[in-house]
Amino acid sequence: MRSDLRAAGTAVGALLAGLVVLALGLAASGYDAGNALAALVTGAFGSWSAFTGGTLVRAVPLILIGLGFALALRGGALNIGAEGQFYLGAIAATWVGVHAAGWPGWIALPALAAAGLLAGALWMVVPVVLRLRFGVLEVISTLLLNFVADALVSLMVLGPMQEPTGIYPQSAPIAASARLPLLPGTRLHGGFVVALLSAAGLSWVFARTWWGFRLLALGTGPRAAEVSGRVPAKRLLATALFGSAALAGLAGAFEVSGVSYALYQNLSPGYGFTAIGVALLARLRPSAIIVTGIIFGALEVGAGAMQRDAGIPAVAAYVVEAVIILALLLGDAASRRGSSQKPVVEAAEVLP
Amino acid sequence: MDALAVTSDVLAAAVGIATPLALAATGETVAERSGVVNLGVEGAMLFGALGGAIGATLGGPATGLALGVAAGILVAALFAAVAIGAGADQIITGTAVTLASVGLTGTIYRQYYGPGGVGLSIPTLSPLPIPGLAGLPLIGGALFNQPVTTYLMALATPLTWWLLFRTRAGLGLRAAGEDAVAARAAGIPVRLTRMVAVLVGGAFAGAAGATLVLSQVGTFTERMTAGRGFVAIAIVVLGRWNPVGAVLAALLFGLATAMQFAFQAAGLKVPYQLFLMLPYLLTLLALAGVVGRVKAPGELGKNED
Repeated sequence: MRSDLRAAGTAVGALLAGLVVLALGLAASGYDAGNALAALVTGAFGSWSAFTGGTLVRAVPLILIGLGFALALRGGALNIGAEGQFYLGAIAATWVGVHAAGWPGWIALPALAAAGLLAGALWMVVPVVLRLRFGVLEVISTLLLNFVADALVSLMVLGPMQEPTGIYPQSAPIAASARLPLLPGTRLHGGFVVALLSAAGLSWVFARTWWGFRLLALGTGPRAAEVSGRVPAKRLLATALFGSAALAGLAGAFEVSGVSYALYQNLSPGYGFTAIGVALLARLRPSAIIVTGIIFGALEVGAGAMQRDAGIPAVAAYVVEAVIILALLLGDAASRRGSSQKPVVEAAEVLP
Repeated sequence: MDALAVTSDVLAAAVGIATPLALAATGETVAERSGVVNLGVEGAMLFGALGGAIGATLGGPATGLALGVAAGILVAALFAAVAIGAGADQIITGTAVTLASVGLTGTIYRQYYGPGGVGLSIPTLSPLPIPGLAGLPLIGGALFNQPVTTYLMALATPLTWWLLFRTRAGLGLRAAGEDAVAARAAGIPVRLTRMVAVLVGGAFAGAAGATLVLSQVGTFTERMTAGRGFVAIAIVVLGRWNPVGAVLAALLFGLATAMQFAFQAAGLKVPYQLFLMLPYLLTLLALAGVVGRVKAPGELGKNED
């Protein structure tokens, strides 16, 4: 309980540090910091439509990818390639969605979601094989595959999946039956509910299942876990990585099915990297990832409003996110110094 | 165009593309040999590019290069403070540093040059032909008719190899990366060594970013490094943690990228995106062949206790 409180305290402190740095930076560059922060808060929470259609919609991919990042990291693996897996999910979902005309929604939507999950996981096959067979760290391989996925989206929207007129670099719109239902009167799509359910499910897996326990054992002490003979290290790691990638793919599918209704280049404004901050700020706890996902969603939507109303570049939001992550790491390091506690986040050693 | 001229052009382009990658990878090799993997290289490169652009508009290419190097060192210092000073996870620190760099360079750039960044155009360094050699067939253009930054890279890399593998300081640095406990027992200040190694890596990454602006693109745009820093990290592994190997790996990547010009010249109807993928896929394939046959520095990525 004490460590829970301390962890929550560090998280709140990190969040404040991010906002303070933003305010100081704005003041230092001659902006009216009060005005700008007001624009940020209003942009994210100012109205029902801003909150649901802006903040919560933005939170959906962040929560899903953040859950995936946490899943892999619990087992000691770092999936830095969510960006690519997101795009694979988006491509597959678009393909299903475009061909779903005439299908009933109860077939089209599950098919679309399954395509996203599967495509995301498929994008992880190469990194898993490289890691387990050749010892290539997944950090490098998933990162490299992001660029391949980028090129693949470009290839699709200018090639086989381009809209029929062949003018714009985008796909044809997906069928109405393949679009996620919206909360009446808002732009919030049903993917939000799935994100909440995924968090609940993962929370259960982590806390209540033998599999989740062994995954944590692998993540915190890979050598001990292997030597014990009770932990099938390779299989666990592979499953966690595939699950991580599948969640990112699902995020991509929902972005198409609930927001864009077509495949575009640059569909993701860097969700794959932002979600790392989401997962870390939540200390890898699924239920907390819902909260931090919404906070980061608010931050990015608010930053957009700040750019419109106060002329401050929206990319400043990345600085805030980075400061939050760095402050968390520093806070952990400081509290570790006093005790012999293991760090919350520690990359595993390389498996042979 | 005849085949010889095309080949010569492709080789020249490959060396140009490889130059910033080789610079960044050489610096990261130094850092990784000391036991630190720095994903902030991408951010340091980005800041190096911005520094290069601002410096070049203020005082010409040399100022640009100097400011780029200084900016790269600053970014690396932030990484070193968190990852080595406080002992935080290196991969996550590096990712955060890169994220901060994307945001900061974007903000500074808009602040400095206005929202659209219009009118920012820097004359690129023109190739400096080496008399007598630049005219050689096939390789003359690739090796002896390049901007001065390529020659600097060609000097800095062997020098780094020599420092790493033939001097006492280099031995100490590698010891810190191989076995921190033993190194400390031998009187090597492990933490300080790693900090210096990371700063050297930052200087190289800054130079790489400045090179990108000064020798190739001629302007700064947001996120212009487009992942080259991450590619450099793969190149370090591919080059087997050896600066000379890193240059060769960078050349391989450059060649894979430049191949598209040859295919365009040949009039092949292949989607250009396949050529965009090719260097990354080749790198992955090569990694599978290299890793496992060569040992990474023993302490790589681990925190000092």
